[in-house]
Amino acid sequence: MTDTDNKSIGYYLRTHIREYGMVVALVAILAFFQVLTDGIMLKPVNLTNLFLQNSYIIIMAVGMLLVIVGGHIDLSVGSVVGFVGALAAVMIVNWDLPTLFVVPACLVVGAIIGAAQGYWVAYWRIPSFIVTLAGMLVFKGLTLALLGGASVGPFPPEFQAMSSGFLPDIFAGLIEGRFNVFSMTIGVVLAALLPILGLRSRAKQAKFAAVDEPMAFFAAKHAIAGLAILYVTYLLSTYRGLPNILVIMALQIALFTFITNSTTLGRRIYALGGNEKAAKLSGINTKRLTFLTFANMGMLAALAGLVFAARLNTATPKAGLAFELDVIAAVFIGGASMSGGVGKVIGAVVGALIMGVMNNGMSIIGVGIDWQQVIKGLVLLAAVIFDVYNKNKA
Amino acid sequence: MDTILEMKNITKTFPGVKALDDVSIKVERGEIHALCGENGAGKSTLMKVLSGVYPHGTYEGDILYDGGVQEFKDIRDSEDRGIIIIHQELALVPLLSIAENIFLGNEIAENGIVNWPATFARTGELLAKVGLKENPATLVTNIGVGKQQLVEIAKALSKKVKLLILDEPTASLQENDSQKLLDLLLEFKAQGITSILISHKLNEINRVADRITVIRDGKSISTLDARAGKITEDDIVKDMVGRDMAHRYPERTPNIGSEKLMEVRNWSATHPLHPERKVVDNVSIDVAAGEVVGIAGLMGAGRTELAMSIFGKSYGTDISGEVLINGKAVDVSTVEKAIASGLAYVTEDRKEMGLILEESITTNITLANLGGVSERGVLNDGAERSVAEDYRNKINIRTPNVGQKVVNLSGGNQQKVVLSKWLFAAPEVLILDEPTRGIDVGAKYEIYTIINQLAADGKGVIMISSEMPELLGMCDRIYVMNEGEIKGQLAAKDASQEAIMRMILKA
Repeated sequence: MTDTDNKSIGYYLRTHIREYGMVVALVAILAFFQVLTDGIMLKPVNLTNLFLQNSYIIIMAVGMLLVIVGGHIDLSVGSVVGFVGALAAVMIVNWDLPTLFVVPACLVVGAIIGAAQGYWVAYWRIPSFIVTLAGMLVFKGLTLALLGGASVGPFPPEFQAMSSGFLPDIFAGLIEGRFNVFSMTIGVVLAALLPILGLRSRAKQAKFAAVDEPMAFFAAKHAIAGLAILYVTYLLSTYRGLPNILVIMALQIALFTFITNSTTLGRRIYALGGNEKAAKLSGINTKRLTFLTFANMGMLAALAGLVFAARLNTATPKAGLAFELDVIAAVFIGGASMSGGVGKVIGAVVGALIMGVMNNGMSIIGVGIDWQQVIKGLVLLAAVIFDVYNKNKA
Repeated sequence: MDTILEMKNITKTFPGVKALDDVSIKVERGEIHALCGENGAGKSTLMKVLSGVYPHGTYEGDILYDGGVQEFKDIRDSEDRGIIIIHQELALVPLLSIAENIFLGNEIAENGIVNWPATFARTGELLAKVGLKENPATLVTNIGVGKQQLVEIAKALSKKVKLLILDEPTASLQENDSQKLLDLLLEFKAQGITSILISHKLNEINRVADRITVIRDGKSISTLDARAGKITEDDIVKDMVGRDMAHRYPERTPNIGSEKLMEVRNWSATHPLHPERKVVDNVSIDVAAGEVVGIAGLMGAGRTELAMSIFGKSYGTDISGEVLINGKAVDVSTVEKAIASGLAYVTEDRKEMGLILEESITTNITLANLGGVSERGVLNDGAERSVAEDYRNKINIRTPNVGQKVVNLSGGNQQKVVLSKWLFAAPEVLILDEPTRGIDVGAKYEIYTIINQLAADGKGVIMISSEMPELLGMCDRIYVMNEGEIKGQLAAKDASQEAIMRMILKA
């Protein structure tokens, strides 16, 4: 292998097939359903729904990615979603506490739940599968106890806004009709900002060593991503604009991508999952890191719980049921390794979107819930087989 | 003497690499034939061709065995003809008994129902043959590596072996277990079993081998006959590396500081599971700047335990004692603090404890000093790359680029990555635990050169090794450790293998 080989686009694509393969798959699935649903798939109202429906899975998939990269698993997240939703309902509806107090309080409760489970995993070395299986049962039970077996609701509008609200159009009226100019502006700024940030990091890299990624590839990638952002924001702007939850999610994804790619904290989590003993003997506090990934997961599960309750506008004893399976599936579809140390935030997000688009598309064309499960199961298996096949070939 | 095996003009090509290039080897019936060569020379590939791991048709050339051309389809095929290979990494199931392991896949059974009495009786006979006094029902995990090796050999015997191939059988054995194993090979020879022995340890080859074939860069270089006359280790080394190696250890003019750079006082630690066992017992050692100090001892003497308990209490419980650096007591209670105090520890098992195999060279090198390539917790990609490039050039890590995954490197290059990691952490004192285990002669020389450079830069180096010639060749001073205690120390000029052994055996 020589340096000139390194620069060829084909070579780069072959070595990064996993990263881009799933994005291509997502686009292909989108296109497939766009045709099959006679264009309903990408209608602004459906696209908006798609984000609203999958927000809580994506929020948790990002946290689950860190747990899985660290070499563990968290089965309790579905139950925590239900429990925190119930807790919020009881605090707001039954006790009349203000939303501004309840939301942060619930996030803290989620972090404490995650920390309580992480404590046993990290410091007592009890397998995470067992600890969180116990947590799953405990919090499912506590949800029932808290709600007394009945649904509690409805929520005040300011709480609902978290999930079903949209960014207000501060430039309203600039354009005739129902077009959200502010949302579109954000899309344009974002589409312009990404390549600028990308170029800056390339320049920084070039100062020290040769850049791996071919320039043509970089340009194409950003052109496609930019167009996709513009197109999606355009579609959303013609409906009601950017949903609040999409903004929350985007910020969360950006934050965790930064943490995993560019911080020592992120690097240490990958090292922990890759080889715990070597990480420990390199001076990394592996126990504290494990503990933190679980606390973080708990907090994100709480956020998802709030979003889900706000979306249904009620807390039900069944909320969160089997969410953990969707979340874990999303992470593995996104390319994380069961044995830890491998996986990307953006992969988990794409994995969650693939599941979400399939749910949505199959529902529109009228595939029954029975066959939906079968197909989703096969997609999960196929994605992991693709992974293993690629790894063996390399 | 008739020939039991002849491999003629074997060529084996992998995509892009010619692993074997026209290799020929002739093994006579009843001899012990040693196969030597640097790592990556093609020894293991040749044996895989022979045992059918690479089936007939995937290589060129002929295998003549036991009177005819053989076309093995798989391992089973070659095993049926009496060719048994014992790999370096033992293939035993830890939580099954000795008897179950020996007959795994080859059970004494009728209609799928195992005959346990016959299995245990037969295991008893086989264990007696290899001189292993263990209950056949003992779990493999409960016996030491040396004994596990014997179980592997017993397993080979159960299959009516005619040609026994051992791939570095003594790599993880201590001295007396190695001797026992070699004696066993000589005994098999007396019984008419032919053996091929792959080994890096030239003294062992010299002890048992009748003839020696040397392979270099995928080509057979020479076959030396040890029965005809004494072959020196230098003869073998010369053929292995293709150059005359007058000095196996690089020259060094010691420039040793007068003050103690690090001092360990009255260090003790107990076994984590058996609190009554003192694994390290009141040990006091020291090292000066620019000094290379060795710790000799048999496996299980407590050397690794000493090093790991000092390095952030990574081993044992109930640890007591003092560590001083430059005369000041330092806190080494966690690995983080030990590194901050100026310590580094290169583990004996680089794959298990030293490297993240699925990560890049760059990631591995910066792992112990992420602060050095980041600002307020944010990593600087470029700085990281340039650090990695720097070490790649400085200590000659052979790789097309530093983004390469460590798992793809050879043992010697992996060890250089581990060393780079600790050099980048800028320690005062490095503890090197078996720094040249499992790497070839050429790479060893490079590692020695790095160690000498460290000493020349004023670092203190503590070197733990089970290869006594290595300690004698490298160290200024050697501590001798046994059963958790320091039995004494020898200056370089007074040290010899005999002197060290005497000190170990002196109860």
